[in-house]
Amino acid sequence: MSKMTTPVISPPAKAPRKPFFSLDNRYIAPAFITCILLAGHLSFGILESYQKTLLAIVTSIALELALGRIFFRKWVHPASAYITGISVGILVRSPAFWPYALCSALSITSKYVLRVRNRHIWNPSTFGISVMLFLAAETVATLSIQWGNYLWPMLVIWALGSVIIARLHRFHITGIYVASFIAFAFLRSWMTGSPWQSEIAPITGPMYQLFIFFMITDPKTTVRSKRGQCIVVFLVAVVEMILRLRQVVYAPFYALFMVGPAAMLIEIWMDSRRAKSAQIVARP
Amino acid sequence: MTAGRFARVLLTMFFIGLLLTPLAMKRYAARRASDRVAADMQTAIARHGFYLTEVSHAAGIDFVHQAPTLDPKLDPIMPEVASMGASVSIVDFDRDGWPDIYVTNSAIGSKNALYRNMHDGTFKDVAPEMGVADVNQAGTGVSTGAVWGDYDNDGYEDLFLIKWGRPELYHNDHGRGFTRVSEQAGLPAWINADTAIWFDYDGDGLLDLFVGGYYAEDIDLWHLNTTRIMPDSFEYAKNGGRKYLFHNLGNGKFEEVSQKVGINSRRWALAASAADLRGTGHPDLFVANDYGVSELYFNDGGHFREVGEQTGVGFAPKSGMNAAFGDILNQGKYAVYVSNISEDGILIQGNNLWMPKGGTSGNGLQYENLARDFGVELGGWSFGAQFGDLNNDGTLDLYLANGYISLDRNRSYWYDFSKVAGGNSTIIGDAKNWPAFDGRSLSGYQNKKVWLNDGAGKFIDVAQAVGVTDIYDGRAVALVDLWNRGVLDVVVANQKGPLLIYKNTVAPENEWIEFQLEGTRSNRSSIGAEVTLYWSGEKQVQEVSGGAGFAAQNDRRLHFGLGKTPHVEKAVIRWPSGEVRTLEQPAVRQLHMVKEPE
Repeated sequence: MSKMTTPVISPPAKAPRKPFFSLDNRYIAPAFITCILLAGHLSFGILESYQKTLLAIVTSIALELALGRIFFRKWVHPASAYITGISVGILVRSPAFWPYALCSALSITSKYVLRVRNRHIWNPSTFGISVMLFLAAETVATLSIQWGNYLWPMLVIWALGSVIIARLHRFHITGIYVASFIAFAFLRSWMTGSPWQSEIAPITGPMYQLFIFFMITDPKTTVRSKRGQCIVVFLVAVVEMILRLRQVVYAPFYALFMVGPAAMLIEIWMDSRRAKSAQIVARP
Repeated sequence: MTAGRFARVLLTMFFIGLLLTPLAMKRYAARRASDRVAADMQTAIARHGFYLTEVSHAAGIDFVHQAPTLDPKLDPIMPEVASMGASVSIVDFDRDGWPDIYVTNSAIGSKNALYRNMHDGTFKDVAPEMGVADVNQAGTGVSTGAVWGDYDNDGYEDLFLIKWGRPELYHNDHGRGFTRVSEQAGLPAWINADTAIWFDYDGDGLLDLFVGGYYAEDIDLWHLNTTRIMPDSFEYAKNGGRKYLFHNLGNGKFEEVSQKVGINSRRWALAASAADLRGTGHPDLFVANDYGVSELYFNDGGHFREVGEQTGVGFAPKSGMNAAFGDILNQGKYAVYVSNISEDGILIQGNNLWMPKGGTSGNGLQYENLARDFGVELGGWSFGAQFGDLNNDGTLDLYLANGYISLDRNRSYWYDFSKVAGGNSTIIGDAKNWPAFDGRSLSGYQNKKVWLNDGAGKFIDVAQAVGVTDIYDGRAVALVDLWNRGVLDVVVANQKGPLLIYKNTVAPENEWIEFQLEGTRSNRSSIGAEVTLYWSGEKQVQEVSGGAGFAAQNDRRLHFGLGKTPHVEKAVIRWPSGEVRTLEQPAVRQLHMVKEPE
């Protein structure tokens, strides 16, 4: 999973009345994922160890601060790196310590290296986790079975996640993905003869809860237009469907790994064409 | 070059370095493994001190395990639900001084085998004439394991047959045959169990019996009313079989006391073993559970407390399939080895080597998992494992059987398995929601692990080098000096595969000593008795076990390797009664028969 939603905040025309309790949108996602982590661990012991998760978070934040200072000449706000770290800490499953540090380091560094027109094109933790699954399969797997597999934690996370993602104006992304996944699950069931319950099963697990609320909605690595976001997330579901028919266990990660940057590159290219056209029109 | 550009180049190099790190780690691991490829016997003995030769056919054993065929409603996932049942236990049932072998079969109508040691390197199946062969009849379920203990202290080891079905107790009639006494003993009509152990939990000199249920006991796997028989979670399931503790009343009858003494669990037990972990004189009980955390029950003298979470062994849920104790650092303390599942890139649970934390003991005893540090973490889909000194160098090594379902080599069920295992309980708990196996493998054809202990905290896998090259679906492992040669041989029961006898050839310069104990005030099998051996500055403790590993029981005789030219100072023997006897400077290269003082 990955870096989570850090919303773009536009200044209001008129200063609204300050509510009794308000939380800067920047902190909502970190707070939510921290709550999930703590609830999951205290109730079900989802973490292999606190130390490994801590290692992932510390590596992520330290690297973000260092690289931000070097390349942007400022102290970057650590919320984003915290989410990357905690995501790595939850999703990476390895008996060893080094994959946690390496995955966090890969995730954060990718933001600074893999850039086009000053935008990073991969969701950091999608990149880090996908690379680890590709290159260190003998040591790394991802979370797939925690939260007790029971109904109530799932409902709580879905409800809370939906509220939060709606507040961040990105519920349409989650909604389109879930609807597409379910439709494709029935299609796969029809095509392969597997029970439909088994095709639906993955989305009832915790890995998907993190995936649909935090990874596919990351504003930094999704296209800007609402319509574009809907198309892209649908395409993620399509590619995932194809990968699932090929029995790829980590189909959602790889689908996002492939579709996300491609969509970003297309948007950057289209932006650049529009800018050129605008320059031509503006030229006297 | 500007400073910014230079920094960017450095960052790119750093990034490439990060990407290459996993590849470098993989290459390093491969290079280390290549040092331990298959070798001939002489080379293996020179390098590792021993070599294992598979001799089952030459020894007159051609036993092939048959898996059960359950209710047709389970047909789509039959390979998975019928994936256990192969077991092996060692017993000298006729008291001739030579260990015999009992193995279970699991198809309806199939026969179990009792291989009598003929003293000439061969065995003969005497189960039919002894009355312990035809025990898998329709309507009674099938065998999944066996443990031996002299419950009536008549000097002859009796047989408890673990089943998915009607559990059976057979009284040993002085080595001349067996009499079924299940009803007289008061055993329940049906238990779907994979593990049981004999131990004297209350120290009254009579062996009691723990039985750990797997599927719920109200399920007849051959006549299902529902397909909702699967675990309701892959890691937190609590809908398995109940646990039983049968207290031996001494008159051939047993009383079920589990709830009364504090054992109350419906986790899916796959392995259990008991040892005195705190030096209290009372055997504590360790239960490795599938689909969940392990349980550790401290025995406070006849009453148990579950302390899994408190001690650290019961926090992270995995797929526990083995429970074996071993003093691997010669410190007089037991480590506990629990096997789990590891499949590259899909599920890396890692096996657990629970080592007592330094500075903790007694009721404050805590464990930490050092499997990775010791190098015994990744063993594929691991099942039975046993500690024993295979090369007589003075440290306990570890033999691990693995491999789950070997069918089509080129098609894997893992994708479908991971899909359902991650799902909600309403989906995972119903067998009809599981995709059909369709002839696919699931962690099949795996190389076994023979981990050699260097005595300094590292184990190295030498399986291929020392002749363990089979890739059957291994289940139970038992260690035994089959031919009274002073070496540990290895017997492996494979699911739907042959029983393997690995005969051990050990470097002759390494010395050994063995002990056979007989209780008088304690149970006559001496299960729970402990020998602490002091030699050449070393100290190692071993306990007579009433069942350990997965569906297995080692020889009751305790075997210690001693290395070269050892100076044995003493052997301190503590019986379950509390009686302690010290043997000063016992002779090496000898089996010492020791009877508890009256």
